[in-house]
Amino acid sequence: MTRIDTRFAQLKAAGRTGLIPFVAAGDPSPQHMVALMHTLVAAGADLIELGVPFSDPMADGPVIQHASERAIAKGVGLNEVLGWVGEFRRRDADTPIVLMGYLNPVEIHGYARFAQEAVAAGVDGVLLVDCPLEESAVLQPLRDAGLQQILLAAPTTAPVRMAQLCGSAEGFLYYVSFAGITGAAQLSTSDIAARVADIRARASAPVAVGFGIRDAASAVAIGKFADAVVIGSALVESLSGAMDAADIEGRARDFLQPIRAALDAS
Amino acid sequence: MDFQAWPDAQGRFGAYGGSYVAETLMAPLAELREAYERLSADPGFLAELDRDLQHYVGRPSPIYHAEQLSRHVGGARILLKREDLNHTGAHKINNTIGQALVARHMGKQRVIAETGAGQHGVATATVAARFGMRCVVYMGAVDIERQKINVYRMKLLGAEVVPVTSGSKTLKDALNEAMRDWVTNVADTFYIIGTVAGPHPYPKMVRDFNAIVGREARAQMLEQYGRLPDVLTACVGGGSNAIGLFHAFLNDAEVRMVGAEAAGLGLATGHHAASLAAGRPGVLHGNRTYVLCDDNGQITETHSVSAGLDYPGVGPEHAFLKDAGRAEYVGITDDEALEAFHLLARTEGILAALESSHAVAQAMKLARELPKDGIVLCNLSGRGDKDVHTIAAREGVEV
Ligand SMILES: Cc1ncc(COP(=O)(O)O)c(C=O)c1O
Repeated sequence: MTRIDTRFAQLKAAGRTGLIPFVAAGDPSPQHMVALMHTLVAAGADLIELGVPFSDPMADGPVIQHASERAIAKGVGLNEVLGWVGEFRRRDADTPIVLMGYLNPVEIHGYARFAQEAVAAGVDGVLLVDCPLEESAVLQPLRDAGLQQILLAAPTTAPVRMAQLCGSAEGFLYYVSFAGITGAAQLSTSDIAARVADIRARASAPVAVGFGIRDAASAVAIGKFADAVVIGSALVESLSGAMDAADIEGRARDFLQPIRAALDAS
Repeated sequence: MDFQAWPDAQGRFGAYGGSYVAETLMAPLAELREAYERLSADPGFLAELDRDLQHYVGRPSPIYHAEQLSRHVGGARILLKREDLNHTGAHKINNTIGQALVARHMGKQRVIAETGAGQHGVATATVAARFGMRCVVYMGAVDIERQKINVYRMKLLGAEVVPVTSGSKTLKDALNEAMRDWVTNVADTFYIIGTVAGPHPYPKMVRDFNAIVGREARAQMLEQYGRLPDVLTACVGGGSNAIGLFHAFLNDAEVRMVGAEAAGLGLATGHHAASLAAGRPGVLHGNRTYVLCDDNGQITETHSVSAGLDYPGVGPEHAFLKDAGRAEYVGITDDEALEAFHLLARTEGILAALESSHAVAQAMKLARELPKDGIVLCNLSGRGDKDVHTIAAREGVEV
C-alpha cells in the first residue's frame, strides 16, 4: 500500500474526515518551509499538498498567484521543493506529500529525472492541474516509479468522463467544488454533496473536496460527505507576510487546529 | 507528407498541441469542438462567414507589388498581402468574425478576449458590438500603457477593458486572466482566443479562419503572375497571420516559408520574444509548443518593441513545421523592424504595424538573396496607426 492509501485507510477505520492543507512551497519563507510542514502535521494535517510555484498559474486566484510569484522571486523551483520534502521525510515517514502544480516545470525538469528524484525524496503523488487524463501518457515514468497521479473532477465533468475518471483514480480523487479558480468563495453544499455521492458510488478511490473551503464551518459542512477536505488559499493568505519561525508556526497552528477540532467534533 | 492534414483528432500537430487545461475546461472545450466541427462543415455557416468577410471585412485583400521598396532593396520583387486594409486594420478580424459566428450559433451572450497590441481586442470588440454581445477584454497593464489608442477604441466599441497586473503584465498574463474568467463563467461565455495558441480546437479553428489569407494569395498569384512565389514571410507572435498565409501553400514543396519572430534587442541579449528561434519544447496555455522559460520551467519575460509579438509561446503548428523542416523561423530585431517601418512608409506610403514591420524587414533580407525575377510574398498583417505614439516616443518626438 502507498502512503496515501494507508492514510485514507486509517482515516476510514477511525471514522475521521481527512484534513489536507495546501501551502505554496517557498512562501512565506523558504528557510522555514520544512518547519512549516511539521507544524501542519502537528496541527492536524493528514496529508500535505505542496504547491510547486509556476509563473503562469492559470487555475489559481490572486492569493496563490501572488504566493507563487513571491516564491519564484526567491528562486524557488522543483529542486528546492524536492529538497524540502527529503528533509521533511527524515522526521516524518507517514504523512503523504502530494506536489501540486503545473506541467511545464516537470516537463522541463524531465519526466524520468523528476520521477526518480521525487520518489527518492519521499513524494507520494502529483496533482498537475493542466494535465488531464487525456494528456497523462507523458506521466508514465512517474507511475512507473510509484508516484500516484491525483486526478481532478469538476462540476462541468460530463457523465462519461466522470466514469473514466472514477475508473482511473488512484490515491484519491480531487473534486473541485465549483467552476472557478482557487480562492473564490461560492460553495453550494447541496450540489457538491450530490456530485460527491455520485463519485463515491462509482470510484474505489476516496474523494477529497477542494476550492472554496476556508474555515471550520465550511470544512465541517463538506466533511459531512467527503473523505477529506482541502484548504488552500485561506491558509496561504493567513501565512502571507509572516517572517520568523515563531510567527509562521503560530499562524499555521492557529489556522489549522480549530478546523481539525471542529472536524473531529462533528 | 500531407502538411495540411494536421492536427489529428486530439488536436496534436506531431508532438505539439493537445489540451493541457484544468478539468473544468474539458467539457466546454468538447462542446466547442463539436460545435465547430459541425459548423465548419455546414454550407450555410460558411456562406454566412463568406458574406461577412466580403461585405464587412472588405475581403479579398489585394496583393500589391511594392515596386519602389523592391527597387530600393535591389533584389527580388516584394509583394505585400494587404491585411492592413481589412476593417479594423489587421488580419485579426478574419478570426474574430469566425469565432463570433460560432459563439452566436452556440447561443453565447458574452465574449471575452486577451489582447497584446490591442488589435485582437479591437477586432473582438468590433464583432461583439455588431452581434450585440457583451465583451470583456483582458490586457496587460504594460500593454495598456503602450497601446492607449486601441484601449480607447475598444471602449468606444462598448467593450470593458480589464487591466491585468499579475506576472509580467503583458499578453501571456492577459491570456491567463481570460482563462480564469472562462473557467468561472463557462456557462454563458465564449472565449475568443486571438492567435493559434491555446488548447485544442483553438489552434486549428483560428488557423482555419485565417487561412483565407493564403487561399486568396495563392489564387491571386496564379491569376496575376501565373506562378507561385519563391518564398513567403510573415511575422510570428502567436503565429496566426503567419499560418494564415502559409497554410494554403504547405504542400507546394517549391515554396519556402520563413517566419519572423521578435528578436527584440538581439537573440544573444536574452531580451527577445523568439520562442521558436531560441526556445525549447514545453507546455504553456493549454498546448505543447516551443516556449521561452528558465531551467525551473518558469516562463521568462519577453521583450519586443511590438506588443503583438511579445509572447513567450507560439502556436503548436509552427513548432511542428519547424521540427519537420517545412518552415524556418528567424529573429528580426527592434531596430531592423523600425528601419523597415520607415523605409516602407517613405517608399510606398504605407504605415505598417510594428509587428508587420518585422515581416517587411525579413522580406527585404530574402529579396536580397534572390534574383530580380524572384518573388517574395510578405504578409502585411496590419496597419501602423496604433503604433505612431510608440514610434514617436522611441524617437524622442512629442506628438
Ligand atoms: C498587426 C499584427 N500582426 C501580427 C500580430 C501577431 O499575432 P500573430 O502572430 O498571431 O499573427 C498582431 C498581434 O497583435 C498584430 O496586431
